[in-house]
Amino acid sequence: MKQFDYVRPATVTEAVAAAAQPGAVYLAAGTNLLDLMKGGVSHPDRLVDVTHLDGLDGIERLADGALRIGALVRNADLAHDAEFARSYPAVAEALLSGASAQLRNAATVGGNLLQRTRCAYFYDTASRCNKREAGSGCDARDGENRSHAVLGWSESCIATHPSDFCVPLVALDAVVEIEGRNGRREIALDELHRLPGDAPERESALEPGDLIVAVRLPPAACGFAAHARYLKVRERTSYAFAVVSAAAALRIENGSIAEARLALGGVAAKPWRARAAEDVLRNVAPSADAFQEAAFRALAEAKPSGDNAFKIELARRIVVRALLLAAAGTPARIPALPASPFTSISGAIHA
Amino acid sequence: MNHSISLTVNGARRDFVLDDPRVTLLDLLRERLHLTGTKKGCDRGQCGACTILVDGKRINSCLALAISHNGADILTIEGVARGDQLHPAQAAFIAHDGFQCGFCTPGQIMSAIGMMREGQAGNDPERVRECMSGNLCRCGAYAGIVDAVLEAQAGMDETNQRRSA
Repeated sequence: MKQFDYVRPATVTEAVAAAAQPGAVYLAAGTNLLDLMKGGVSHPDRLVDVTHLDGLDGIERLADGALRIGALVRNADLAHDAEFARSYPAVAEALLSGASAQLRNAATVGGNLLQRTRCAYFYDTASRCNKREAGSGCDARDGENRSHAVLGWSESCIATHPSDFCVPLVALDAVVEIEGRNGRREIALDELHRLPGDAPERESALEPGDLIVAVRLPPAACGFAAHARYLKVRERTSYAFAVVSAAAALRIENGSIAEARLALGGVAAKPWRARAAEDVLRNVAPSADAFQEAAFRALAEAKPSGDNAFKIELARRIVVRALLLAAAGTPARIPALPASPFTSISGAIHA
Repeated sequence: MNHSISLTVNGARRDFVLDDPRVTLLDLLRERLHLTGTKKGCDRGQCGACTILVDGKRINSCLALAISHNGADILTIEGVARGDQLHPAQAAFIAHDGFQCGFCTPGQIMSAIGMMREGQAGNDPERVRECMSGNLCRCGAYAGIVDAVLEAQAGMDETNQRRSA
């Protein structure tokens, strides 16, 4: 690991000033950053430790019914917060399907949003990677790429965003609160991560010094609690990133879908909101046929970036199954294997 | 630049001057305090051999910078027994052959203790397996590990019931 300067600012304003310097990065839990630094993938000159800043670790219900989650809330603490899990069950299930218990105890909300891709060529410093070193090329393009993107990719980069947490969050219209050099601003989570285009080294809408201070779920996000699931296919049962995942949330009134939310994980450089699929589910009765049509629409633009055409069909089936599970109703307790299609509590037939 | 930190390690306050901010909690425990029960397996947060409790919660000490944990209360495998009396999780691992080579065992036991404190798994073997998935055992002693954790959990439940009776 390269030597770095360590600074621990006392206030958010000091943190932003310290991190706006070239070569500076924020340190929260460090569960992703330290791994990248040990591997020589990241080599910052300065770590700005934000873990001791006050006021960023609360979960707060706002007067309008929105929920504000401080950026330093630990993933496990959020998932196990009883009111949170009741109101946003698909988000809690996604959190508990990610990483290991040890990592969830450390990793923060803000850090989860900004974790880096797990593309093996990004991690392997002997490989060419446009994300790690702009303009160097992409060895994933003709390499082992069965886990790579099928939506929104470019010739420059076919990496995926690995977060589970972000998938239901983007479905529920989460908003990211950011403190920057020009003060406070907020953007939709859907606008935070960038598609690669010809500049995959720029992964987010954040500017130098920008600090995510909170994630907010708008009042309407509570309305899906009775019919919300996260479903995730992995290469092994637990402690693995998604090959493909889906968050499905329905608001059902009088036997008809008043509103549907759908997002996919593991398929693109960002959590992928499937609005065209949501549109065809408005004011229809929940049925396997309707969900098949939605799945077709969700993947209409998909194309393989390599040896991964299977992910398109897999994603369609996961979408149908996540919608079926959501329609069947949120289980009273998160299953023993969160988000697993192989859990003993199925609740729906195989699509 | 030197940084001073203090930690409580297994109940005792310890002060350190760090001349390098790159030191992880794992390396601090092993190299500075010679508490080598906490193992360095992958050193990248994948195997769980370095699991310790920080402020009562299990984490991977290989991915935690010591400098960022000033004031933390740390429990390692060396601190869980009371004199000659093993922690119930330690005794259960012996009773159920929850190990072969033993390298992953301190991490397994610290993870099990953390898991029982979290209270999410109860006596459900499927939940125990899921909640312990951050600890790899290359000898494949998983069956014994799950049995040991379930027995330790049952013992804790009994103790709690006696206390509340």
